[in-house]
Amino acid sequence: MIAEVLAGRRLFVTGSTGFLGTALVERLLRSVPECELVLLVRPGRRSSAAQRVRREILRNDAFDRLRERLGEGFATETDRRIQVVAGDVSLDGLGLDDEGRQALASCDVAIHAAASVAFDSPLDRAVEVNLLGPARIAEALQSVGSTAHLVSVSTCYVAGNRRGRAPEILVSDTPFSPAVGWREEVEAARRRRADVEAESRTPPLLARFAKAARAELGAAGVPLLATKAEKLRDAWVADTMVEAGRARARALGWPDAYAYTKALGEQALLDVRGDVPVTIVRPSIIESALAEPRPGWIRGFRMAEPVIITYAQGLLREFPGIPEGVVDVIPVDLVVAAVVDAAARGPADPSDPPAIVQVASGSTNPLHYRHLVDLVHGWFSRNPLYDTKGQPIVVPRWSFPGRGRVQAQLERAVKTIDRAEKALSALPLRGTSARWSADLEEHRAAAARALVYVELYGAYAETEAIFGVDELLDRWSTLDAADRERFCFHPAVIDWDAYVTEVHLPSVVEHARVRSTPGTRSGPSRTERLRARVLSADRHLAAFDLENTLIASNVVESYSWLATRRLPPGDRVRLALRALAEGPSLLALDRKDRGDFLRHFYRRFEGAPVDQLDEDAVQLLSHLLLAKSFPAGFRRVREHRRLGHRTVLITGALDLIVERNLGPLFDDIVCARMGVTEEGRYTGELLAAPPTGEARAQAMADYAEAEGLRLEEAVAYADSASDLPMLEAVGFPVAVNPETRLASIAHKRGWLVEQWSKSPGGPRPLLPIGPMTRRTSFAEAGRGRHGAAR
Amino acid sequence: MSPRPGFVMEVDRSTPPTLFMHGEGFRLQSLPVGSRIVYPPEALPTVADIDGAIRSALVDPVDSEPLSALLFPGMRLTIAFDDVSLPLPPMRRPDVRQRVIEAVLDLAAAAGVDDVHLIAALALHRRMTEAELRHAVGDRVYDAFAPRGQLYNFDAEDPDALTFVGETDQGEEVEISKRAAESDLLVYVNINLVAMDGGHKSTATGLASYRSLRHHHNVRTLQRSRSFMDQHRSELHSSNWRMGKVLRDAGVKIFQIETTLNNDTFPPPFDFLQKREWEWSARDRATFVASSKALDRAPNRVRRSVFHAVRAPHDLTGVAAGDVEAVHRLTTARVYDQQLVAVEGQTDVLTLGLPYICPYNVNSVMNPILVMSTALGYFFNLYRGRPLVREGGVLIVSHPTPWEFHPVHHPSYIDFFEQVLSETTDPLEVEKTYEQAYAEDEWYRHLYRTSYAYHGVHPFYMWYWGAHALQHLGAVIVVGGDTRAVRRLGFKPASTLRDALEMASDTVGRDPSITHFHAPPLMMADVT
Repeated sequence: MIAEVLAGRRLFVTGSTGFLGTALVERLLRSVPECELVLLVRPGRRSSAAQRVRREILRNDAFDRLRERLGEGFATETDRRIQVVAGDVSLDGLGLDDEGRQALASCDVAIHAAASVAFDSPLDRAVEVNLLGPARIAEALQSVGSTAHLVSVSTCYVAGNRRGRAPEILVSDTPFSPAVGWREEVEAARRRRADVEAESRTPPLLARFAKAARAELGAAGVPLLATKAEKLRDAWVADTMVEAGRARARALGWPDAYAYTKALGEQALLDVRGDVPVTIVRPSIIESALAEPRPGWIRGFRMAEPVIITYAQGLLREFPGIPEGVVDVIPVDLVVAAVVDAAARGPADPSDPPAIVQVASGSTNPLHYRHLVDLVHGWFSRNPLYDTKGQPIVVPRWSFPGRGRVQAQLERAVKTIDRAEKALSALPLRGTSARWSADLEEHRAAAARALVYVELYGAYAETEAIFGVDELLDRWSTLDAADRERFCFHPAVIDWDAYVTEVHLPSVVEHARVRSTPGTRSGPSRTERLRARVLSADRHLAAFDLENTLIASNVVESYSWLATRRLPPGDRVRLALRALAEGPSLLALDRKDRGDFLRHFYRRFEGAPVDQLDEDAVQLLSHLLLAKSFPAGFRRVREHRRLGHRTVLITGALDLIVERNLGPLFDDIVCARMGVTEEGRYTGELLAAPPTGEARAQAMADYAEAEGLRLEEAVAYADSASDLPMLEAVGFPVAVNPETRLASIAHKRGWLVEQWSKSPGGPRPLLPIGPMTRRTSFAEAGRGRHGAAR
Repeated sequence: MSPRPGFVMEVDRSTPPTLFMHGEGFRLQSLPVGSRIVYPPEALPTVADIDGAIRSALVDPVDSEPLSALLFPGMRLTIAFDDVSLPLPPMRRPDVRQRVIEAVLDLAAAAGVDDVHLIAALALHRRMTEAELRHAVGDRVYDAFAPRGQLYNFDAEDPDALTFVGETDQGEEVEISKRAAESDLLVYVNINLVAMDGGHKSTATGLASYRSLRHHHNVRTLQRSRSFMDQHRSELHSSNWRMGKVLRDAGVKIFQIETTLNNDTFPPPFDFLQKREWEWSARDRATFVASSKALDRAPNRVRRSVFHAVRAPHDLTGVAAGDVEAVHRLTTARVYDQQLVAVEGQTDVLTLGLPYICPYNVNSVMNPILVMSTALGYFFNLYRGRPLVREGGVLIVSHPTPWEFHPVHHPSYIDFFEQVLSETTDPLEVEKTYEQAYAEDEWYRHLYRTSYAYHGVHPFYMWYWGAHALQHLGAVIVVGGDTRAVRRLGFKPASTLRDALEMASDTVGRDPSITHFHAPPLMMADVT
């Protein structure tokens, strides 16, 4: 009779873009042919509420069945029966306009399924949505003069961390109910947000974020570092608010902010409901569908799914839990049926206390934790996931240790990896070894994820509460056979073995897009695809860094080479060794600010005769630039040229070294230029800021603008985090032999990474010493005349 | 005791294992009973009074007036000399070029000639470094001429330094060094290590530009040069001789000085490498064991520096001066004297042990392309009459073939290997699709002119050098080479000689005739 009762009714639904809401909309459209829906949807940043409904709800595969049945008529049918109103449950008055209020007033039933379901929501966010949401719906109904029946979806876990029976009664009626007022909690949460925001802006914290940004990006230039620091501040505020939520919830006896705000939300609803009749439906852990709209249907990657997949990937070696405890899982279609039943049933009498219906499996058809773990282990042993090399992953056996122990282990692992990462990033690594850092970061992320799961969900595996379903079963007993068939919500219908192994796990694996077939992938690799995009005819500009991108050398070496060229043998070695010995301190300066480093270093050329240096610089081509070149890099420059791209070298190296020697390789060269005195000697001072850091990005932007080229179609090649501004400025960044920091950034952002090396047959002199000629060196001459050589 | 001639030995049960050169190392291999080994002749005696012989050649040249009669005050004299690619290995000081050049300069000074230029005739080879020039011409000549800009490397890409002389009757353009063409006399100082060198090829190739070279350095010509070591059956030489005629008709006066060396290739302690295995002394055996053990353990870099430090003891067996063609006839006869070995009949399988050096990797790396050109270009072509291996036969080469290139000397080789050979190894296809782009590439041109790089087109010539062999052979197998590099060359890799012979049976059947060409020292098979 449910369909008949709801025929011709209008139902106001919140949370329709969520897991439960989508299933609910689908079931109402399909199984209650004559009802109409008013969906409250928050407009997205770029899309309207109506667009979101089309894209995020109606295109979901939940509607395949209905679409198949209606064929062409699907769009007409949904347009006719669905009205979309823009609004937001976290705003007072739901953010409705007049039209929205009218739509709300026209409804006979309101179903509130919107929630911030993440267990690690920031405290204030959870409070606004979960705690105040239901009360706001009730107030909105009152404000439009409606006494429509409000069905509010809550959760069984409002019962808190308790052992034993948890019946279908108000939280305030239980003996363990904490005596807190929800209004005070709301106030406190909002105040906390303001405090944390204020604290995040205090100088010590701002300094900390700036330091962390520098540690991650290196000498990337002021704008990038500032953006990064601000991101870190935001993240810190969010983390602090999450922690605040968790702490408050635990202090009051709930496992997390979700259950805590949901519980207070029920109280708030009852306090403000006035004449609005209310039914509260409390599901336990909602998982994939048993049968409707199809077995295994699921939306989003929710609670158990990431844990299961992480386990199947072999990354969760242990997980807490009480083996004989009950994991209270309930398929989504059973919850939907119970909600629809509640909507159809209506309140017996508005003045009655609100009805509470729990939809849970634990009391009638319990699934024990050990049994679940065995089923999952068995299934993944038979149907393993595969690693990147196409080898099956062996899943671990859990020994059910306490949560504290698992947590401590994981915390230790994360800390150890953190330390290793710090050590690695302090080393001047490049190329493949720099990948270690990216790998390590992946491990750290995996361990951190495992830790989060244990912290978040461990409590749910350790719950010892048994949720009563007497009301649910009472309602079931009044249903006729047709409704029992069409809107089944009896927990006993679940065959756990079949559900877990034939319905849920296959669906989870499919949704997770993990490798579930053996063998290595065929077709072009990711690198090949990225490379093809970089070498596409659509690009039109390719910018290259020089040092460690095209050659394995640096300004110190070329200086040493030039300076030693005309020295007597003993002095040659001494000067070269001195230059090398200064390496670490120069490197430190270089890391801090490349521009400063170059300015400081180029002072050494002060007093060097122009003609002599120019003559010697030509020899550098063979002895340094070519000998230490990455042939693949030079080839890449030429490939770009062949494709008709403009090629430009943007380097902090000196004009006298790069312009004549590498001129024919590029269309243009942007480099550092040194002043010349009237006597034909170098001044050691640069004519303009060297193109490094942001100046390099600026130089490239200027170049592109002057040449009428667009940076979105440009490619940039660089090797270090200090080149980030340049890499970020273009549409196609390429990290060449990246050092640790850039390697992990490139890895995260999916940039093309090239590993170019020197030709293995090349000469490898121990010291950067120019071959002898018989004239005096400027470094030697300079010492006498200017006292400038250091 | 006069030196023993080369000979062909048949392997029987008592034959000791045979030495194979293997890049920067060597291996002892047991050849199947019944195989033949071709041994080179022993080193011919050298000229006792070298400077005297040179002087008398200049005083009493063939088909020419004495050099002193050709010199006069105020004239423009150019002395061109062979570059670093000759001889192999580089010879001990003083280099024979230095002796000849000093003798010529003495005469020039006596005749009051001031305007003298010395040019390293390197065509499209890399420029010689200061040290290499000093080694070739001696410090005295270097210090007298180089600082004044009168001793330099030929630059085939300097439009101002080239002159177009004319065309042959077959339309081949002749463009050579302007200084050489416009001199009153061009004296060419050559080292004739193999029969291919010298004659008109000295000037028409050594001082020519790409515009000129492409007429004979191409697949068609080289496939018709059988072999290019036998000038009478070599299209390469015919073309050079036609160009020589154009030069002569244009009035370019050339006084050719050609020298021949004996095949005394390795100094002690490596001299056992040129002895016949059964004549090794206990000391030779000990040296072999010790050096091969040490070399096996040493990194490539160290092995390379050991071998490239070798300065060969070979010395002058003869010198001739005067008219190009007349001189070259004498020279060729002397080369044959030292190198020819009579071999009866062709073979199904030819085995080679490739040394560490070829003309294009002096002080450098023998990269995979040079391995191909040394085996299929040089060694395969060291025949007169018929190739040593029959048509459709198998060539087995022993060489480590590392995927290594000298970044300064061979930049275009690296790109050729990565870009061209990864697409095709067919010489005609390579020539048609890729040659022009490499030959006219600005970057390679820049490197050739200002650094020490072979010209952009040079790796193509190396590939064409082997074109005749590629056409002739049924299969090429490389023993002990880098598998990926060998496959890139289009050859088959084998880990041992035994495996290689097994693989060869797919092409030549179960019971093939096998011949091992026991070089170096260099020789030439006279196959009947």
